[in-house]
Amino acid sequence: MSTADLATYNFAYLDEQTKRMIRRAILKAIAIPGYQVPFASREMPMPYGWGTGGVQVTAAILGPKDVLKVIDQGADDTTNAVSIRAFFQKVANVAVTTKTREATIIQTRHRIPEERLTAGQTLVYQVPIPEPLRFLEPRETETRKMHALEEYGLMHVKLYEDIARNGHIATTYAYPVKVEGRYVMDPSPTPKFDNPKMHMSEALQLFGAGREKRIYAVPPHTEVVSLDFEDHPFEIQTFDKPCALCGAENVYLDEVVLDDRGGRMFVCSDTDHCEERCSAGHRGHLAYDKEAAE
Amino acid sequence: MTLDTLAFAGGFKEPVFEAQAAFRTLMDCMARPGTIGRIDATVVPPAPLNATAGAIALTLCDHDTAVWLTPTLSRSALPGWLAFNAGAPVTEERQNARFAFVEKDAMLPNPSLFAQGTQEYPDRSTTLVVEIASFEGGRPLVLKGPGIRTEMEIAPVGLPDMFPHFWSENRQNFPRGVDLILVAGGELLCLPRTTALGVKEA
Repeated sequence: MSTADLATYNFAYLDEQTKRMIRRAILKAIAIPGYQVPFASREMPMPYGWGTGGVQVTAAILGPKDVLKVIDQGADDTTNAVSIRAFFQKVANVAVTTKTREATIIQTRHRIPEERLTAGQTLVYQVPIPEPLRFLEPRETETRKMHALEEYGLMHVKLYEDIARNGHIATTYAYPVKVEGRYVMDPSPTPKFDNPKMHMSEALQLFGAGREKRIYAVPPHTEVVSLDFEDHPFEIQTFDKPCALCGAENVYLDEVVLDDRGGRMFVCSDTDHCEERCSAGHRGHLAYDKEAAE
Repeated sequence: MTLDTLAFAGGFKEPVFEAQAAFRTLMDCMARPGTIGRIDATVVPPAPLNATAGAIALTLCDHDTAVWLTPTLSRSALPGWLAFNAGAPVTEERQNARFAFVEKDAMLPNPSLFAQGTQEYPDRSTTLVVEIASFEGGRPLVLKGPGIRTEMEIAPVGLPDMFPHFWSENRQNFPRGVDLILVAGGELLCLPRTTALGVKEA
């Protein structure tokens, strides 16, 4: 494909100077794992909060050979995922997929796919608030200093207060992690269920926060440890029942309300994982109903 | 071609896609230190800068990034080439340089002389692009750190004997420090500041 085929705007929407600026930020982010690199975030043709940071990171790394997957809370078919996928199809003419295995770049809002990621893949997170200390200390000048001095006592106090009030650490998403023993990082509002997947991942993980103008990264094979206490170790969510559609256990489930009389079901949040299991013949207790409805 | 016109030729033929491909190689190599990547770009920078180093310059440098050049490169047509093809200004102050280029067989300055970033903003440091003779046949060095599963071994030819010492000094200031891109022919290899380097005992 030559540049001339895409005459109306530059490949992947962003101009080349913007891409270079983002690319430089990505390289520094990889060199300092967990550190938030400021970047000159651009206005994108979508509102803040819709993944402008992730979109800019994806646009800066995307090439004609890539296969893109976009998920929103694990699902390929929700508004945010569909619109971002359509955006890149339009501006970059890029191949898209819903299959985790086939994708080279996976842009995600708030989930990590259930399937283990591999070495050729890059996971791009959409991040609303990149600063894990922001709700404890509103001043950027102070949080910068705290990261500089590795002063993370406040975060432990916060987790301790959780225990004092609730008897356990009540933080269930955006659960703070320490990267390579140095920087405390916000893993974006993924459920804490996904935190262990970040540790020593085969895939490169990039984080883009558009409104807050920060990019950070976790290289492959990097230590990512969820903060905890010896007597209150980090634990992930557990579910009593398997997925109602595919019967999967040890996956993250969404609650779906079925009627106004308290009926509800729990299904995989990762739609691709669920569909793949269903087509392989796995059945949950409500699976028959789904087929009948189709 | 005369020295003057050298500056106007030799840029990317397909700037968008060649820069993207070069960046992805750089990104993958930076994420996996010690892994050897390849850039097949059509860039022809003025001698003595190597073509791969030239492609890296056009991929990452622009008017926002001051570039430091060795005395030999400064005297070549390279400053004009960078100005025309990338818009990048050349600086003599190592502390102001976002990128620094060192050609083959030139003396590698001590990395501590370049911008290290600050404790609050460690990203504001120089990235060194250094051409060496080869990635094979030299003294074996063992790499460990983020991006490496257990350890990697490289055997570069053309780095000064002092290099492991320079690099351990660079690591001591973490998160401050420079990042290094080594180039040999069409190949490149990255050493981010997190990578620990050990001399392999025979």
